[in-house]
Amino acid sequence: MRPFDYFRATATGDAAMASGQIIAGGTNLLDLMKIQVVNPETLVDITRIEGLSEIVCHGDGLRIGALVTNTALAHDTRVRAGWPLLSRAILAGASAQIRNKATTGGNLLQRTRCPYFYDTSQPCNKRTPGEGCAAQGGSGRMLAIFGTSEHCLAAHPSDMAVALTALQAEVEIRARKGDLRRIPIQQLYREPGDRPDRDTVLEAGDIITAVILPAPLIGSRQVYRKVRDRASYAFGLVSVAAAIEMEGDTIMRAHLSYGSVAPHPWTDDAVAEMLEGQAASDALFANVADALISEGAPHPDTEYKRTLLRRTFIATLRQLTVLADRSGTDIARTQA
Amino acid sequence: MTDTFTMDSPQPRLLDQTGQGVVGTPMNRPDGPHKVSGRASYTADTVMDNVLHGVLVRATIARGKITGIDRDSIRSIQGVIDVITDQRMIRNPAQGMAGEAPVQPGDAVYYHGQPIALVVAETFEGARDAAQRLNIRYETEKAYVTPEGTPDREVADPETAGDFDAAWKAAEVRVDQKYTTPSHAAAAMEPHAAIADWKDGSVTLRSSLQMIRFNKKELADTLGIEPAQVRILAPFVGGGFGSKLGLGPEAAAAAIASQKLGRPVRVVMTRQTVFDCVLRRSETAQRVRIGATQDGRITAISHDDTVSNLDGEGFSEPVSQASQFLYGADGLSFTQTVARIAATPAGSVRAPGEAVGMLGFESAMDELADSLGIDPVELRLRNLPDTHPMDGREFSVRGLADCLREGAEQFGWAQRGTAGTRREGDWLIGMGMASAARSSMLVKSAARVRLTGDRAVVETDMTDIGTGTYAILAQIAAEMLGLSPDNVEVRLGNSDLPGASGSGGSFGANSAGSATFLAARKIRARLAEQLGCSEDDLTLQGGRARGGNREMALTDLARDEMQAEATIESGMTAKSHFSSGFGAHFAEVAVNEWTGEVRVRRMLGVMSMGRILNEKTARSQALGGMIWGIGAALTEDMQSDRRDGHVVTRDLANYHVPSHADVPGDMQVLFLEERDDWANPIQTKGIGELGISGAGAAVLNAIAHATGKRIYDFPALPDRVIAAMEAAL
Repeated sequence: MRPFDYFRATATGDAAMASGQIIAGGTNLLDLMKIQVVNPETLVDITRIEGLSEIVCHGDGLRIGALVTNTALAHDTRVRAGWPLLSRAILAGASAQIRNKATTGGNLLQRTRCPYFYDTSQPCNKRTPGEGCAAQGGSGRMLAIFGTSEHCLAAHPSDMAVALTALQAEVEIRARKGDLRRIPIQQLYREPGDRPDRDTVLEAGDIITAVILPAPLIGSRQVYRKVRDRASYAFGLVSVAAAIEMEGDTIMRAHLSYGSVAPHPWTDDAVAEMLEGQAASDALFANVADALISEGAPHPDTEYKRTLLRRTFIATLRQLTVLADRSGTDIARTQA
Repeated sequence: MTDTFTMDSPQPRLLDQTGQGVVGTPMNRPDGPHKVSGRASYTADTVMDNVLHGVLVRATIARGKITGIDRDSIRSIQGVIDVITDQRMIRNPAQGMAGEAPVQPGDAVYYHGQPIALVVAETFEGARDAAQRLNIRYETEKAYVTPEGTPDREVADPETAGDFDAAWKAAEVRVDQKYTTPSHAAAAMEPHAAIADWKDGSVTLRSSLQMIRFNKKELADTLGIEPAQVRILAPFVGGGFGSKLGLGPEAAAAAIASQKLGRPVRVVMTRQTVFDCVLRRSETAQRVRIGATQDGRITAISHDDTVSNLDGEGFSEPVSQASQFLYGADGLSFTQTVARIAATPAGSVRAPGEAVGMLGFESAMDELADSLGIDPVELRLRNLPDTHPMDGREFSVRGLADCLREGAEQFGWAQRGTAGTRREGDWLIGMGMASAARSSMLVKSAARVRLTGDRAVVETDMTDIGTGTYAILAQIAAEMLGLSPDNVEVRLGNSDLPGASGSGGSFGANSAGSATFLAARKIRARLAEQLGCSEDDLTLQGGRARGGNREMALTDLARDEMQAEATIESGMTAKSHFSSGFGAHFAEVAVNEWTGEVRVRRMLGVMSMGRILNEKTARSQALGGMIWGIGAALTEDMQSDRRDGHVVTRDLANYHVPSHADVPGDMQVLFLEERDDWANPIQTKGIGELGISGAGAAVLNAIAHATGKRIYDFPALPDRVIAAMEAAL
């Protein structure tokens, strides 16, 4: 860790003007600073800014302050009742200690866990564009399979963001000059292209101030299904966030997103369209799953993720549409 | 006073006669409250005035030479004192019990991650910053970094008994399978650390080390000084698992820097450095062949393996160690190949050999049972040899059959049913079992016991690496001297004290425990003499001595300090009798038929491991071993880059040891009552490593039973389970 200036902001305006690296929970940033993957000259601590730590009603939805901790958000009774998918996704990630510190805004902005990004002896375009990508030809079990570029194969590690994507949340951003804008969460993340160092569309001085959840999907069935190499405290191999609205056997709406498979929470509109209006069946799910994984894996070590995603997708939809024997499964239903 | 007792014949079971009643009890660790309240001082906790901080710099090429170190690149960093390079620095930790310096590479680089310099600064942060920014110039050489790719292979002569080839040819049923296991990290909680303070021509080293008697010689040899000029302190060690057996590069570097700079120097490895340069367990490629008659008599056993290590390292993972004595056959053959690669060197990691060898061997046994249509427990029971199949030694005492029977009974093995038939929702349920075996050793060890009144002190340079040494040595001394264990103080981890075996190979309790026992026995003899009775007639209990119609309080009998030192070493009994812990592991797993996730639902380990000195710490060790077994079977997978050999999984978020959620609530350990008269005078066997030996195989065999399909490349990660399930019959 290199010496840095520390500035404690008391208002979002101060923070925006300070032109430094924003720190909130620091659960990822401090690790990155210790190993000198990022070397900010100034840290702007936003944790003392008032008004960013609340969850408040926002129409029929919720406005979640950027500083709300992962723990507080996951355990909020309104979230658990109306958006159980979000609660479950958060609890599927990290450890209790980390969730106590990690914030909503910070979770969205955490960096990839690609091991080559974390090892400064290895070239990495996400650290230094143009340097090369050591993951190409390297050890790649955790890499992405969709949406990568020749310059970067890294996957986004967040679970929370995957649920927020399925739930069509919006991100509220305050620009340096104070104007607020709201964008769908999918639009927060950039495709890596030849600038994988830029994970998001945020410009200098932009601060995420809140995440807006739209009205709950009343009566929907929701599951966050994460598969990982051990039962807890591990990043996902693949995950499926699903909220399904049904009438009888028919899938009316399917809200889906996939984690650990792309540089951002992955969505595939064609998949949802193939499901909607159809009666749930194994044949349908198998067809749709094949469409979902039609792209080849860009690294031999992640070829398994296509199979695993396919199977996890089918298993999740079977559970939600009650094709599966329900014993041992765990489905949440939103409450009116 | 320091005459050596040699274990040449069985000794009376004195600990069963003494009557104080503390040996074997589940006594709490006396050091426990210190540890949980932060008062136990681990190496890096030690506060010293004027201390400097050193951070190791790692090589970032796989092989070659350092041609220049650009000291200017860090000159601007505040507080940087020096960049230490020295011909005496060591390439990697010493192998266990080496007692001499490891390779001192000079400017040669042997693997990516090798410590090549120490940056010393006034602060840890400054030193780490400088270590990361220091520019090093190299001349690179061709490096072979994978066991498959290297042309440099050493094939050992086969170890054989009988005629394997003939027996294999004649076998009516054969299993011939290949297995692979990846490298493992010891993953001790406490990172490797050292503080060296060089004063007046001698050095005091505080370091997290398992074997001080050997480490002292290793440091002296490294520095080119006499062992008498070295003092080592390691009162608390935060886990070792083999990775702290030998002196490490951080200790050598700290000592060299302290000598040069005239101030104490503290070097604490970052977690990434621990992965880079602390000895790993080798990956293995195994071939197991077992032949049998139709009625289930094993006739041929072969277990060949390929492991890797860096040039110049004498250690090779003894993969087939347990395969050589668990079951009998007409012909047995074991051949090891060592592939020399430019990568983090390999050494002892928790149960070297058995921990991975038994994954393959006991999986093959399970497959043989399937092929024969014989229950796996029954197959093992039918094939227990009368004597050690390789050298004909008698078994000292072998409780394997009882463990197998008792385990099957307790676990409900009879309800196991046909493979691939039990399910709960999406989860396939299966049961598996495996034998456990880990040979037991006695290593030269000394201890001193001092008695004043009703208070005793035990002194030895033995270590407690979290295993319970403080507890068991207090219990042995208390038992022998008729004292409450609260009245016994145990002093460990100081090289000024009598030299012990150290903690390794599960021989610490056998060895240091026996030395403590013998020293206390000498004091008993003196107490008997003072009381005027024979030793046999003496009873020491509750702080009082009785014998020859006299009774006295120890406070009166031992007013002046009585002191005795004893040394034990292995003798004739080890030549005539083979001592090993035995056991049987049982596991029930659930396998998700869609995602390939495996959850262990319950586990039982039944173990016969000689006299249990402390029921609580023994159980903790056995449970810990079984959890490591889950890790080997399901999660632990150290990955290296196939181009330059560097370790890719360099932290505990990417190297997965079992978390709480991976360990079932229902984990049972049962100890069978046993005394090993041929092992040592306290009739114990090694405990620590038996728990892991075979445990992973029970989990893997349960997966095979749940799914009806077998996996041959471990750990059984979800994608591998899926691939097995999707494979055609």
